Amino acid sequence: MTTDLQERLPERTAVPTRSRRGRAAPPWWFTVPALLLFTFVVLVPSARGVYYAFTDWDGLDPDFAVIGLDNFTAIADDPDALQAIWHTLLIAVAITVIQNGIGLLLALGVNTMIKSRNFLRALLFAPAVITPIVTAYLWRNLLGPDGAVNSLLSAIGLDSWRQNWLGDPDLALWMIVLVVVWQFAGYSMVIFLAGLQSIPKEIYEAAAIDGSGPVRRFWSVVRPLLAPALTINLMLSIIGGIKLFDQVYALTGGGPGHATDTISTLIYKDAFTLGEFGYSIALAVVLTAIVAVASAGQYAVLNRNERAAS
Amino acid sequence: MNRYTRRTLALEMLMIAVAIVFAFPVYVLVNLAIRAPSDTSSPISPTTAPTLANFTQAWQEGGLGGALINSVIVTAVSVLIVLAVSSLAAYPLARSTAHWSRGTFLLIMLGLILPFQLAALPLYQTIRDLGLLGSVWSLVLFYAGLQVPFTTFLYVGFLRALPRDFEEAATIDGCGPLTAFRYVVLPMLKPITVTALVLNTVSVWNDFFTPLLYLSGSDQQTMPVAVAGFVGQFVSDWNLIFAALLISIVPVLAVYLALQRSIINGFAGGLKG
Repeated sequence: MTTDLQERLPERTAVPTRSRRGRAAPPWWFTVPALLLFTFVVLVPSARGVYYAFTDWDGLDPDFAVIGLDNFTAIADDPDALQAIWHTLLIAVAITVIQNGIGLLLALGVNTMIKSRNFLRALLFAPAVITPIVTAYLWRNLLGPDGAVNSLLSAIGLDSWRQNWLGDPDLALWMIVLVVVWQFAGYSMVIFLAGLQSIPKEIYEAAAIDGSGPVRRFWSVVRPLLAPALTINLMLSIIGGIKLFDQVYALTGGGPGHATDTISTLIYKDAFTLGEFGYSIALAVVLTAIVAVASAGQYAVLNRNERAAS
Repeated sequence: MNRYTRRTLALEMLMIAVAIVFAFPVYVLVNLAIRAPSDTSSPISPTTAPTLANFTQAWQEGGLGGALINSVIVTAVSVLIVLAVSSLAAYPLARSTAHWSRGTFLLIMLGLILPFQLAALPLYQTIRDLGLLGSVWSLVLFYAGLQVPFTTFLYVGFLRALPRDFEEAATIDGCGPLTAFRYVVLPMLKPITVTALVLNTVSVWNDFFTPLLYLSGSDQQTMPVAVAGFVGQFVSDWNLIFAALLISIVPVLAVYLALQRSIINGFAGGLKG
């Protein structure tokens, strides 16, 4: 209320711009370079993308027709597309749960008096800085028929467990999840660790003196205070999982068959090997909607939890 | 409570065992990269006659040197631009309570949700019409815009928690807004600048999809694209491929080992932002 009133006061038009209590506000034109870049690279192309989703544009021909919802009804009738949407959701949820579960356990393990804690922290985080496409090619070999994973199984007497891990339609999707979790569990760990270290020691010690065991201490004391770290971690892994492309492209290329196709790999194939830009962009709009719903839902739930915890 | 007990020792053993499992793929990577293609023993048994021949061959045939230079140029220039424009934009966005400021901030934050797949195809067309396909400058332009929302988000969050006293004192002393920003605000932004630098560098350096689109069919490559091309060319010559993979991650790991503490803190720093 007051800010609204004060903003209408005539002194606001004085030069240089002054806001409340005579403070000089930095000028608006500071935002111009960032806005120009953002508009050119993100805003305008995204808006055009949404428009193209309602056309039959092939990416080259300047003559194209607006065809309404046809691309979207085509998606709804396309079993490959529906399967890709399902895979996208499954991968995102599986990565989110497993990566954060392991990340939290690692963080709890490293946040102790063990002597190797700094070394372990650095080592476990290291995969997160490696190029995802590189880790995916590495794992493509490890998971191959004569790869190191099968060799390891033989070496420990589990010959019967040997598989063509990426060639089996039932397993391939989980192998993608495994590779992403291997690479980014250390990332989740680091964020949880920052959350753990922001909890004052006194709180923890007070709970110990009160006689609560480690599990109880974790659940009643540590867990609520980890809420901000959990928010960031869930956000990063779910959105990263929905948009996942590089790992699928390099590990399976969406195969065998369409067993591991996600929305992102279909967008790429439809646009650049089939030339169906309109259809491809309609898929990108579906992807955008999923990301938006996931972010909004997560924001609402976690916001409530954080408020309940404080 | 803080003593090293038997239970701590057991935990230490367990954690080291977990770390060995995590490190196993990297062991195989090195093990196969230093092995002659004629050696067909199990990928997990240590290589008996190590050779560097794969590395020299991969370097010569993969065009990795040119790709490395391109990656360095693209990453350095685009990250520098995005840090400059985002910190500058964040200053009024964090300080002003006017309607235009809140509206602009929300508009930029919209970029956090929009997946790049949506913009990628129309932008591909624009870049083609500008004649920039196959040029590394198309990538610089792309990343400079793409990373604005996230970087601005980090800076605005940090600035809102900073006191205004110093910049106000500077203004009273007669500093113009740009001078106040350059000499008073920017130095105080150093911690969040390190975070933004680390996160942007890693995501730009590692990006594969964008250079795959904008550089395909040209002789210009970035490191991830060169590696993918290399795998396509030497399909099952895994000793050679592993040498190329290792060459591509050595610069990243070297920087990581040297700046490990600030990099890890940088990643964790998004938490406070």
